[in-house]
Amino acid sequence: MSADTDQRATPGWIGLWPALMLVVFFLVPFGIMLAVSVSQRDPAGAFIPGFELTHYARFLTAFFAKVMGVSVGVSLAAAAICVVLAFPFTVFLSSMSHRIQTLALVVLLSVLSLSEVIVGFSLSTLLSKTAGISNLFYWLGLIDAPVAYTPSLFALITGLCYIGFPFAVLVLYPPVSRLDPEIIEAARVMGASGPRAFFGVVVPNLRSAIVGAFILVFVFTLGSYLLPQLLGRSEDWTLSVHITDQAIYQSNLPFAAAMSIFLMLVALALVGLASLAGRQRGAA
Amino acid sequence: MKRRQFLVSAALGTAALAAPTILRAASTPLKVGTYGGYFKDSFDKFIYPDFTAATGIEIESIAEPTGEAWLVQLSQAARAGQAPADVSMMAQLARIKGERSGLWAKLDEGKMEHISVLPKHFVHRYEDGSVYGTGAVSWYVTLVTNTDTYPEAPSSWKALWDEANKDKLGLMSLATNSFLLEITATTYFGGTDILKSEDGILKVMAKLAELKPNVRLWYRDEGQFQQALETGEIPMGEYYHDVTTLAASQDKPVRSTFPEEGAVLDSGSWVVSKASKAVEQAQVFIDYMAQPEIQAKMSRNVGTAPTVPRDLTDLTDEEFAAVSSDKTPILPLYDIYVDRGDWINQKWSELITG
Repeated sequence: MSADTDQRATPGWIGLWPALMLVVFFLVPFGIMLAVSVSQRDPAGAFIPGFELTHYARFLTAFFAKVMGVSVGVSLAAAAICVVLAFPFTVFLSSMSHRIQTLALVVLLSVLSLSEVIVGFSLSTLLSKTAGISNLFYWLGLIDAPVAYTPSLFALITGLCYIGFPFAVLVLYPPVSRLDPEIIEAARVMGASGPRAFFGVVVPNLRSAIVGAFILVFVFTLGSYLLPQLLGRSEDWTLSVHITDQAIYQSNLPFAAAMSIFLMLVALALVGLASLAGRQRGAA
Repeated sequence: MKRRQFLVSAALGTAALAAPTILRAASTPLKVGTYGGYFKDSFDKFIYPDFTAATGIEIESIAEPTGEAWLVQLSQAARAGQAPADVSMMAQLARIKGERSGLWAKLDEGKMEHISVLPKHFVHRYEDGSVYGTGAVSWYVTLVTNTDTYPEAPSSWKALWDEANKDKLGLMSLATNSFLLEITATTYFGGTDILKSEDGILKVMAKLAELKPNVRLWYRDEGQFQQALETGEIPMGEYYHDVTTLAASQDKPVRSTFPEEGAVLDSGSWVVSKASKAVEQAQVFIDYMAQPEIQAKMSRNVGTAPTVPRDLTDLTDEEFAAVSSDKTPILPLYDIYVDRGDWINQKWSELITG
């Protein structure tokens, strides 16, 4: 350990800088949120400092359990779909020429510049009855009349996947492109079929990257509050929508903060479980 | 009220709050807050220049966020002895909450001769009888339809419950801006009195729950619904009379109907922060705005319904119909949302997302 430290190019105190940033921009706001969540609600204003657990108690009902279930379920589905699509896509992409790879990544990155509002409104038009894709199906004779595919759970998950997909690819791309092609060749030489080599060799080798992409998309979509309102039915509204309602429309900041903390705890627990699972099997 | 350009004005409101205290001299302009976006632009263009010409009082126009966000900012600023705006246009819920916490300055009725023409519900008083605000603008929430999908205009709010309209409605997503409880109570329970008890509210909510299969969109964003209404994607719902009439006049296939049970009459009011050091000028402004000819000018240019009785104004039938109606309106029971706000909100969330 001590020999290592002496040889390091960067001095140890450099680490203080990110630590300071973490404290200022993460821990302090989190502390404020924690304090707000136990303070007293002031109907005419923001909140009155104090200590009470009423807001946490209000959350512990079947209704909010259901909303939490919707949130987690929707994000898990979006994350799973994104990873299932992004992984083969990235493997395929990394076998293309360098120029095509760069082009594809630039296009994907440009998607990230679109705001949720634009994605939501575009998709709601694309899936609408009056101007949407069902008119094309109708014209082709596939369906009897144009139909609306939005608002629906399908539209919501499509929207979340549209936003989550580039993130999944960006997380997967570096390890996939670094994967030694000789590993696959070796598998094929040993007699493994294409799919067998893919699932038996490529996927296990990249397990931690896959888990990483899954976690990133999950956490990212968990906070989405616009798309559920634009593309989902009212029963698909996530906890983030209810948090927005309380914070902005009911000016009940303590309850909004308490709900946010629940959401964060659940997210942390799931992320912890996922990374634990990824690590154990990766080690085995 | 959750109208128009919330985010832009929220940012501006915060900026106004952060501005340093300026020592107020007699010549300092009167700071008047209205909802950012459409309202502020209209007031800047049609109302303030004439006011300054008539009274010599300069106006500094402030964009305020709608409803409660501005109330929170005003009350926190008042605690520090500051007023981000002297006069503010407030939604009724926020006005009542401010009244209960004593946030609004008491005004001298004797110096505001024109407010006597306002109906009683538009002259706001503290319990001791002193005036603290007046009705500023009002507008109707009506039953709107796409004229291509519905060649015949519906005549009653009961159309919302009609099984033929499955998956066709767009309704506002909050109890406090949709006023669907008042609409349901008036349509099926003979009036809004039933909403004065929790039992009654639950009965009304049970009736309201029956229309859920017809609702395609519970909207928070006005633009989303208006676009869907114009294209016929969501051909029926509740919306603002003024905006719908404006769209219809631009040949969009939409219409606004005052149902036989009445349309909802919502409003905003002028109030003065107790931290304001320009109460005198604020009174001049509030008095000026109460004049029937100014109310008529707003109906013509801003699209709001006059707060004074119609016969005091010189509005033509056509001008009046564009913003209002002679039918008895449904008046929202703002007090229940102040007294039982969290309870109603919780039941409401369970109702529409359950």
